[in-house]
Amino acid sequence: MSTTLARRVIPCLDVRDGRVVKGTRFRDHRDMGDIVQLATRYAAEGADELVFYDITASPQGRPVDVEWVRRVARAIDIPFCVAGGISSVDTARAVLHAGADKISVNTPATQRPELVSELAAAFGVQCVVVGVDSLRDEDDTWRIRQFTGDPEATRALPVGTLDWVRRVQELGAGEVVLNCMGSDGVRSGYDVEQLAAVRAVCDVPLVASGGAGAAEHFVEVFREADVDGALAATVFHDGSLPIPQLKRTLAAAGVEVRPPEEAA
Amino acid sequence: MSTAPRVALVDGGGTNIGSVSYALERLGASTRLTDDPAEILAADRVVLPGVGAAGAGMARLRAAGLEDLLRQVQAPLLGVCLGMQLLFDRSAEDGGTPTLGLVPGEVVPIPPAPGVRVPHMGWNRLDDLVEDPLLTGITPGERAYFVHSYAAPVGPATLASTTHGTTFSAVVRSGLRWGAQFHPERSGRVGALLLRNFLLEVDR
Repeated sequence: MSTTLARRVIPCLDVRDGRVVKGTRFRDHRDMGDIVQLATRYAAEGADELVFYDITASPQGRPVDVEWVRRVARAIDIPFCVAGGISSVDTARAVLHAGADKISVNTPATQRPELVSELAAAFGVQCVVVGVDSLRDEDDTWRIRQFTGDPEATRALPVGTLDWVRRVQELGAGEVVLNCMGSDGVRSGYDVEQLAAVRAVCDVPLVASGGAGAAEHFVEVFREADVDGALAATVFHDGSLPIPQLKRTLAAAGVEVRPPEEAA
Repeated sequence: MSTAPRVALVDGGGTNIGSVSYALERLGASTRLTDDPAEILAADRVVLPGVGAAGAGMARLRAAGLEDLLRQVQAPLLGVCLGMQLLFDRSAEDGGTPTLGLVPGEVVPIPPAPGVRVPHMGWNRLDDLVEDPLLTGITPGERAYFVHSYAAPVGPATLASTTHGTTFSAVVRSGLRWGAQFHPERSGRVGALLLRNFLLEVDR
């Protein structure tokens, strides 16, 4: 075995005004509870890492409110990443100094790719995650999208997903989160075909996003797309897939995981 | 030690200072973030955190006048992540960087290989544990959270190792200087245990 590193299970939480919400990004927000309570619960259940997506920050053009970042950092003892609303080194610094371990950039990187290099130079590649929203076009090519937080503002770009993933690594991405929009929200499994194609050009850690509906989907994406982590939201938030159960299923399928017992 | 030890958290400008300080807070330690030489030398415990590149890390310590000071610290010292790497003689990062020289050895890049992604990011096993007060209560095979691209090869200072492509040091010790390559502040139970041991089990 060349590595004993565990595959990571990563719940993603949408944050609005310091609370965790559920719903489409712009409408029908349902309050899911206090951010610290939910973060602590996931950490205790054996989540390997958390991603907080600040849905208030980006569309309103206002930077992330670091107060909740500080509250989370104080409370939990697992790593977490903050996404949404980070488009400058200064904002990233504020978020990292508040206690986040990583910051994730998506649309701002498509607008100004040098941002990725600036972040890597300032903080090291290990802090810099690039989120990639990708969809297969009618000519069968995967291309990236921007402004995906708002369905009405979402724009298709002429940039191929594989080229973009190569490019952001050259610029200094330390990790790539690939959100496969075609499978997102459908809960019928990750887009293994696309993830495997991106895996082939991605030498840094790769995290799958979009489509998780059952434990088998995690087994499949780790085995067949060889991703380092798998991110999901609804399947964890609605309680249909408890993390300890997911970890046991993964372990039984031969996937290297951090046992949930080690979390408590 | 009858009262809670006074911890000096060395302010070398790294971004994980907040997390390390919160983790020590959770253990009830009285922690001061400081770059004041007198305060660092008076502390019962000294923690050197740090993330990012070795060259920039050493430059920050030098600019704050802390390079020689850290060599004078007599109290137990714990380097975390980059802070651990800076304890060694030298790092190959940034074209070769002379570091503090408190633990013998050199830090080298993790060679990427098929299935071995760099940075090494995530929860990996602590193996080949050597008996040491810092590791009290930690079981071989328990996992800790790592994020790094350079590593210290296994050597006489190694107290625990992990494997990602090669096998390298996860925890080191030389005299009263300890180092953890992983992030105890983000490593759940194992990390809290290691920090607690550093505060309470490791004596001057």
